[in-house]
Amino acid sequence: MIQQPGTSGLVLNEALLWDKSRDGRCAISLPKQDVDRATLDDSLTGDIPDLPQLSELDVVRHYTRLSQWNFGVDTGMYPLGSCTMKYNPKTNEVQAARKGFAEAHPLAGDEFSQGSLKLMYNLERYLAELTGFEAVTLQPAAGAHGELTGMLMMHAYFAKKGKQRSKIIIPDTAHGTNPASAALCGFEPINVKSGPDGILDPETIAAVMDEDTAGIMVTNPNTLGLFESNIKKIADIVHSKGGLVYGDGANMNAIMGIVKPGEIGIDVLHLNLHKTFSTPHGGGGPGSGPVAVGKRLEPFLPVPRVVKELDSYKFITDCPETIGKIHTFYGHFGIMVRAYAYILSMGAKGLLDTSRLAVLSANYIKESLKGTLNLPYDRPCMHECVFNDEIQQKNHITTVDMAKRLLDYGFHPPTIYFPLVVHGAFMVEPTESESKEDIDQFIDAVKAIAKEAKEDPEKLRKAPFRTKVTRLDEVTAARKPCLKG
Amino acid sequence: MRYLPHTKEDIETMLKVAGVSSIDDLFLSIPDDLKTKDGIDIPEGLSEWELDTHMEELASANIASKNYKYFIGAGSYDHYIPAIIPYLISRSEFMTAYTPYQPEVSQGTLQGIYEFQTMITQLLGMDVATASHYDCGTALAEAALIALKKNKKSNKIAVSALTHPSHRQIIQTYISPSGYEIVEIPYTKEGLTDINALKDMDDIAGIAIQSPNFFGNIEDLKTFKVVADEKKILFITSFTEALAYGLLKNPGSFGADLVAGEGQSLGISKSFGGPGLGLLAGTKKQMRNLPGRYIGKTKDANGKEGFVLTLATREQHIKREKASSNICSNNGLNAMVAAMYLATVGKIGIREIAQQNHDKAMYLKKTLEKAGFESVFDTPFFNEFILKAPAGFKQKRIGLIKNKYIFAGICLDPFYPELKGHYLFCATETVSKNDIDQLAKEVQ
Repeated sequence: MIQQPGTSGLVLNEALLWDKSRDGRCAISLPKQDVDRATLDDSLTGDIPDLPQLSELDVVRHYTRLSQWNFGVDTGMYPLGSCTMKYNPKTNEVQAARKGFAEAHPLAGDEFSQGSLKLMYNLERYLAELTGFEAVTLQPAAGAHGELTGMLMMHAYFAKKGKQRSKIIIPDTAHGTNPASAALCGFEPINVKSGPDGILDPETIAAVMDEDTAGIMVTNPNTLGLFESNIKKIADIVHSKGGLVYGDGANMNAIMGIVKPGEIGIDVLHLNLHKTFSTPHGGGGPGSGPVAVGKRLEPFLPVPRVVKELDSYKFITDCPETIGKIHTFYGHFGIMVRAYAYILSMGAKGLLDTSRLAVLSANYIKESLKGTLNLPYDRPCMHECVFNDEIQQKNHITTVDMAKRLLDYGFHPPTIYFPLVVHGAFMVEPTESESKEDIDQFIDAVKAIAKEAKEDPEKLRKAPFRTKVTRLDEVTAARKPCLKG
Repeated sequence: MRYLPHTKEDIETMLKVAGVSSIDDLFLSIPDDLKTKDGIDIPEGLSEWELDTHMEELASANIASKNYKYFIGAGSYDHYIPAIIPYLISRSEFMTAYTPYQPEVSQGTLQGIYEFQTMITQLLGMDVATASHYDCGTALAEAALIALKKNKKSNKIAVSALTHPSHRQIIQTYISPSGYEIVEIPYTKEGLTDINALKDMDDIAGIAIQSPNFFGNIEDLKTFKVVADEKKILFITSFTEALAYGLLKNPGSFGADLVAGEGQSLGISKSFGGPGLGLLAGTKKQMRNLPGRYIGKTKDANGKEGFVLTLATREQHIKREKASSNICSNNGLNAMVAAMYLATVGKIGIREIAQQNHDKAMYLKKTLEKAGFESVFDTPFFNEFILKAPAGFKQKRIGLIKNKYIFAGICLDPFYPELKGHYLFCATETVSKNDIDQLAKEVQ
């Protein structure tokens, strides 16, 4: 057996900030007061916020210790399905921290922001090229924000046509953000089931698509890791009734350079720069969710838009049909810098290889673990594969038990209990970043856990053992919320 | 490519296990006619050093690459960032982790954000704060939606004309598909939201007031709360300069139901406007209406204290179309930065820095008035204010940027056409008396 990465070591306790606080400490050297004190009226001045009082080393130790309780991509394999936890290149951080970018004021004016504008313009062009669309907006702050932007544009499109539509088709494999984004625009989600082979059947769509339905939201490859091979037929059905096809590009990492969504009937697509384009997830964000569209929806893009005139760049806002603004300034520029650096580092060939290797690694895992875990849809997968706990259920072991035990072995668990169509789902996305040795270790760990499930199921139910804390009481946390100290 | 570890041998072995003879075979589920014929027209990959050259060229094309003095704000502020903050936030365990869905290996993010939530409630005087939102504008739009959805009788939200112009646009974008409307509350000649105009507005679902407002002036929030109570509607406040509440009375003390704010001032670089940090806080009563994640304290199976994501039943991955919002990713890493900043400045630092912002702004205003600028409002402000510029300033301002590395004020024409020749100035702790005197000399 391969030696596993998980082991136990010294982890230090660390109190909450305010428990470390001592009156009179301050971790900042205060700037010199060189002008007269200006006193505001007492009626306007408030009590001083009761923030902790710490020395600089207190703060440094606090956050260093906290960081050591976390697991990141830099720590180890993080095969979280549909999240594309690939390596976050360090050079990207260096690029985003350059003074000319980090200190740029958003209202400095176009003339003085040519570097930012050119970067945004180029990034838009590269994303348009990769996805096969005409135009891109970089303004959405996250994937779900991109979905909302796309839905707002569809809403504006039908408003302009003079007849608003009230429904939208959403397959059962969709991310939860899809129906939530559609609902924000007043569209009622019509849920449809995927076929027995895990993909959408055009007839299912034909049966519900009508002239009061705005269209369909499709994730392709879908969250079972399968390519929706009927997508063109589905798009034709939707278009024939005057509808539009929204593409959720969260899984774009599988098809870069292979399929361009804009060429296969998709009308609007969002991308996640924090998935496919290597920007860090940051423990929950900030991300960035650009939206790409064809000519038909281009007039509705948010403002301002970046345009090139001769050799200079500028923002324009005079777009009469725009949906308006969706971010205070231009979106998450710092994230755009990282994604742009990534695309330039990879080049066309690197991006194509990325998708090819991501798919190879997922298929390698699928074939290696088939039999150890149940595989509900046994067909070639794209960048991720979805197992479940049917075999382990015999020993009353569930997906969550195996996931928690994986922590002891030194791996972040896959996505669990999603997609909802697979009961007890265990969704593995290795990404192209993981080497064969690391993947083999992971496969070995899952096999060892499956063995434990038979021989010592009680152990799995109590896992994890090597982490700083063990399973937490989430029920009490929700029933009696304690959201501040 | 250095990010791709697969050797030729690895690929062969893996293909064998996968039961195919080439990588192309793995893509057979994609019909041929759906595959792109053109390839991708993107340049060949750059080495790390070629990339450095290209990126520095772009960064240098931004004037921010020089050592500038910023006398501008309007939602993006120049503040000192202590060296420990970029250093600590670069720890990859924070940066390269996902949302803390596996709390056993995410206690760092979880405790850090729990502390963030706590310090934000202290700063704002509110009962609860979420784990963050994208920016103030989107947080405010969500707050407006809460008020609108809750009110069955009215489909209008009253928003001060002195709310950041972009924020008003975002609210408009967010609410119009649902048939909701904004009514704008005009401003008075004192540069404050006109409460009398608000009193006359019937049939509104909520009130949104920014303080300090876009002109920098401090609103009398107490009086707006009275109107909100009379009308039995939600009172929402917002702010773009979080440090203001190191000095001013907080929104909670005025009875705000919901508070949306921008936290960029708390240790986050300007970064051409994003990512910043959306702050969202509310009263206990609003806890379940607020969108986005919360971190809560709990115990593990051995009775040890720990933290988890909680109240997730409001969220999209559980509730789908019935969720309180569609938000999934937030601005978590910047929330962690803000927590680091608040812990670093602490109780002593936050008041002193906030006070210095006010001191410098007062000095700047006085000095510019002496240099020929005209005072417009005689209303208390925090670190921003409006002045009417003398003739010829428009050109002079451009010259100052190009030749003297000074950004002096933001022209209000595009936002408030009636205020032709008026500029919004800002002073923070990063400008010295010398810098201000120098500016005055240049514009005289």
